[in-house]
Amino acid sequence: MRRLARTLGPVVMVMALATACGGGGGSDTPSSSGSKDASSSADAGGGDSNADLVIWTDSLKLKGVKKVADDFAAANGITVDVQAISEDLQGAFVTADAAGNGPDVVVGAHDWIGNLVQNGAIDPLNLSPDELSGYNPKAVQATTYDSKLYGVPYGVESLALYRNTDIVPDEPKTLDDAISEGEKAVSAGKAESALNLPVGDLGDAYHMEPILTSMGGYIFKYDPATGYDAKDVGIGGAGSVAAADKISELAKQKVLRTSISSDNSIALFTSGKAAFLVSGPWALADVKDAGFKYAIQPLPGFAGKDAAAPFMGAQAFMVAAHGANKDIAQEFVNNGVNSQDAMQTLYDETQLPPAMTAVADGLTDPDAKVFTDAAADAAPMPALPAMASVWEPLGKAYAAIVAGKDPASTIKAAGDTIRKAIADAG
Amino acid sequence: MVDTQAPRSRRFTQPGRDGVLALLVKIVFLGIVVGTAIAITPALVSDGSWFFLVCVWLIVAVLVATYATGRALPGKYLVPGTLLLALFVVLPIGITIKTSFTNYGDGTRNSKDDTIAQIVGSSVTRSDSSPQYELTVATEGDPVKGPFTYFLVPQDDPEKVFTGTADGLEATDPGAVTLANGRVSAADGYTVLNIKQISAAADTLDEIAVPTDDGNFIVRSGTSEAFEGAPTLKYDESADTITDTTNDTVYSIKQVGDRELFVDSAGKRLSDQSWTANVGFRNYQKIFTDSRISSDFLRIFVWTVIFATVSVVSTFLLGLFFAMTLNDPRVRGQKIYRALLILPYAIPGFISLLLWSSFYNQDFGLINDLTGLNVNWLGSATMAKIAVLLTNLWMGFPYMFLVATGALQAIPEDLTEAARLDGAGGFAGFRRITFPLLLVTVAPLLVATFAFNFNNFGAIYLLTGGGPFSPDNPTAGGTDILISYTYRLAFGAGGVQIGFAAAVSTVLFVITGVVAALQFRATRSLEDVN
Repeated sequence: MRRLARTLGPVVMVMALATACGGGGGSDTPSSSGSKDASSSADAGGGDSNADLVIWTDSLKLKGVKKVADDFAAANGITVDVQAISEDLQGAFVTADAAGNGPDVVVGAHDWIGNLVQNGAIDPLNLSPDELSGYNPKAVQATTYDSKLYGVPYGVESLALYRNTDIVPDEPKTLDDAISEGEKAVSAGKAESALNLPVGDLGDAYHMEPILTSMGGYIFKYDPATGYDAKDVGIGGAGSVAAADKISELAKQKVLRTSISSDNSIALFTSGKAAFLVSGPWALADVKDAGFKYAIQPLPGFAGKDAAAPFMGAQAFMVAAHGANKDIAQEFVNNGVNSQDAMQTLYDETQLPPAMTAVADGLTDPDAKVFTDAAADAAPMPALPAMASVWEPLGKAYAAIVAGKDPASTIKAAGDTIRKAIADAG
Repeated sequence: MVDTQAPRSRRFTQPGRDGVLALLVKIVFLGIVVGTAIAITPALVSDGSWFFLVCVWLIVAVLVATYATGRALPGKYLVPGTLLLALFVVLPIGITIKTSFTNYGDGTRNSKDDTIAQIVGSSVTRSDSSPQYELTVATEGDPVKGPFTYFLVPQDDPEKVFTGTADGLEATDPGAVTLANGRVSAADGYTVLNIKQISAAADTLDEIAVPTDDGNFIVRSGTSEAFEGAPTLKYDESADTITDTTNDTVYSIKQVGDRELFVDSAGKRLSDQSWTANVGFRNYQKIFTDSRISSDFLRIFVWTVIFATVSVVSTFLLGLFFAMTLNDPRVRGQKIYRALLILPYAIPGFISLLLWSSFYNQDFGLINDLTGLNVNWLGSATMAKIAVLLTNLWMGFPYMFLVATGALQAIPEDLTEAARLDGAGGFAGFRRITFPLLLVTVAPLLVATFAFNFNNFGAIYLLTGGGPFSPDNPTAGGTDILISYTYRLAFGAGGVQIGFAAAVSTVLFVITGVVAALQFRATRSLEDVN
């Protein structure tokens, strides 16, 4: 068998490359990485289902989506099949939809939309302005692409600052305060890490975004009226160089470390080894279970600098373009999901900060309120297909700076690489 | 007794004749094959997968011809292997090569017709003044074929009821219909369609656009609502252009990179959507002429060869060492040692690699913790290469141990015995007799292992992700081998380029084939020792 496997190795590789093992453009994007860690079980669903409505989601959201879908099915006398795709949901969906065996509805992050639209995998929605006014305007903006709405948003997520209050009792006003408090705790032997912000050997541009923005940098120029401009790349500009210098300084202080990655950052915090953690709502359940007192606050900026603006991701229901039951899918998204009851159910089951204002206003959990506020201050993650050319080079540049490379020249080189890749992509 | 039995049993083994049990197995097997083919045929026909349909029935024909008739005896032994080879080796290679001549990837997943239909269809704009209607779809005839009528109740004026047909929109007497919750729930002479029936009739319903007086149409939004709107884009088939009717901008097709896009005269694109097209040898051209790709190619090729060679040699030597040691009858508890040595082999490779990846963590990893070192394993190119080789050694030596153990036991003891009598000491005997004999058996496996490691994607991707990366070059990492490097080129920055990846795979396939062929030729000389 082994010999067969070895001889077939190259062939299998060829097949794997030729078929769909590709992590789509957004596979390295954080909104998926946030949930990737937790989604390990669940079947790698296939499109062959005889149900009247087939929905794909990830295993973290399975329960909530299933409940809403079941309610819709019962009210309309149809059958639904909600499938959890554990590995690369976006890539699997794009491939399956093009092949005509995808689902009718897909639940995913808004930053997929640019890629899904260029692949003709989703249809625009026609919610009236009245209906849309019930949602967090940033979430609506996030799911709008080319001035058309492509998803009904139900949850918003962004980074916030977790604090182990056993180690640091007082709330820091700025990021500098947090870092110096954290360092004090480390030198006092109360923690091994001052601030857990995932870097890893391959970098993490998503978690670094608050530092970039606080130091005045940006990835794409943002205009609230027209959205992001893929032609104006800010990496390599003055703000990004200031951020790179700051990152280099923090790395020298051992605050930022390549040994802390998205794989271990939450676990190190929950085991009490870190004073602060920069993470999103997906870490909340683990932190709650950790058994120590914690507090969450929106990410502050550096003293005397801009406010830190992490990326906001909106989770949304989207209608597949080549689904077998498009009318039912539209109906489900328009009326099954787009209701306060459904949104409340989704929040109750997934604990994701709600995108519908009426549900957000009714929140009693203080942690959820912090995340809702954090998302309101955050900037929507660009949904442009050009983002596929950004995540890797930028993340790797950050990792190189943390590992000791010259900050200014490194971030400028990354900017050049990104601009070239965008130009090459046409 | 024996003599009388002999002719009978010989008759049973005559070619073309089977025992009752064998016949039964044959019938059941062929029945399953034919039954499966019949079962999947309708699905293939409805999908229009003619190629696979032909393949399926060709396989059935070959199997039936081979096993249901008495002819072609050698075929009975060759057919299964040949079919599997064709299905799992030749067919994928064929598909890969075919894909390598297209631009299939992100933005070019669909056909041109489908793409144009989507671009135009997505441009449907709700007219500002139009009300949102509560929609009821009803029919006077058949719920599948129609004719269909839309009953529409404006949401902001629920006293009114309109009917919509292909002839247009007309106001109807609200008294003639039953209203429930602002919707028409029943109407005389009509059957109201439920959600499933609407979905089933969707294609027919899409054909009948209900025109309104403003030149717009009634557009369904789901199954219970509708609005008035019209597509703002129009495709002109003869000119192959799309016109924006709101401002008369004409978008014509322009080649951008390896795809065609609709752009206006100023070069502004209408949409990022393109379609699958043949690009000839352009993907291959790119591999050898794109500076971004060819500049790193040589360095990575060299490391790939080193990685594969060192992996094979180190695992073989360690495996052989253990095999030799445990082959000595003086060693007690051989079974336990063997079981322990095979342990790494029993853990799924994916898990081992991810575990090892975390072991190498500089601050929190097991290796630095245990050894008291502070090595930045995955952060420096040299250490990362060593880490990759160490891990691959751990993953691979049990296989070599098994192979060597088997091969050692196949070497006749009288040969080593004779060597000893001739005065060859322990090591000389090993070097002159055992090792060459062993190599004859093992050499082809070593070549196969080399070819496997040459494309050992998992070992690199899961352990280091190809890293570490130098800041000026995020595409070619310090531990990247050709396959992980090309994977990143194809699926990394810039989106998924499956056509290009297929071309790269084809090139890699050729390289691996040539390298393996050369090695097999070299190993043949080993057989001279016999």
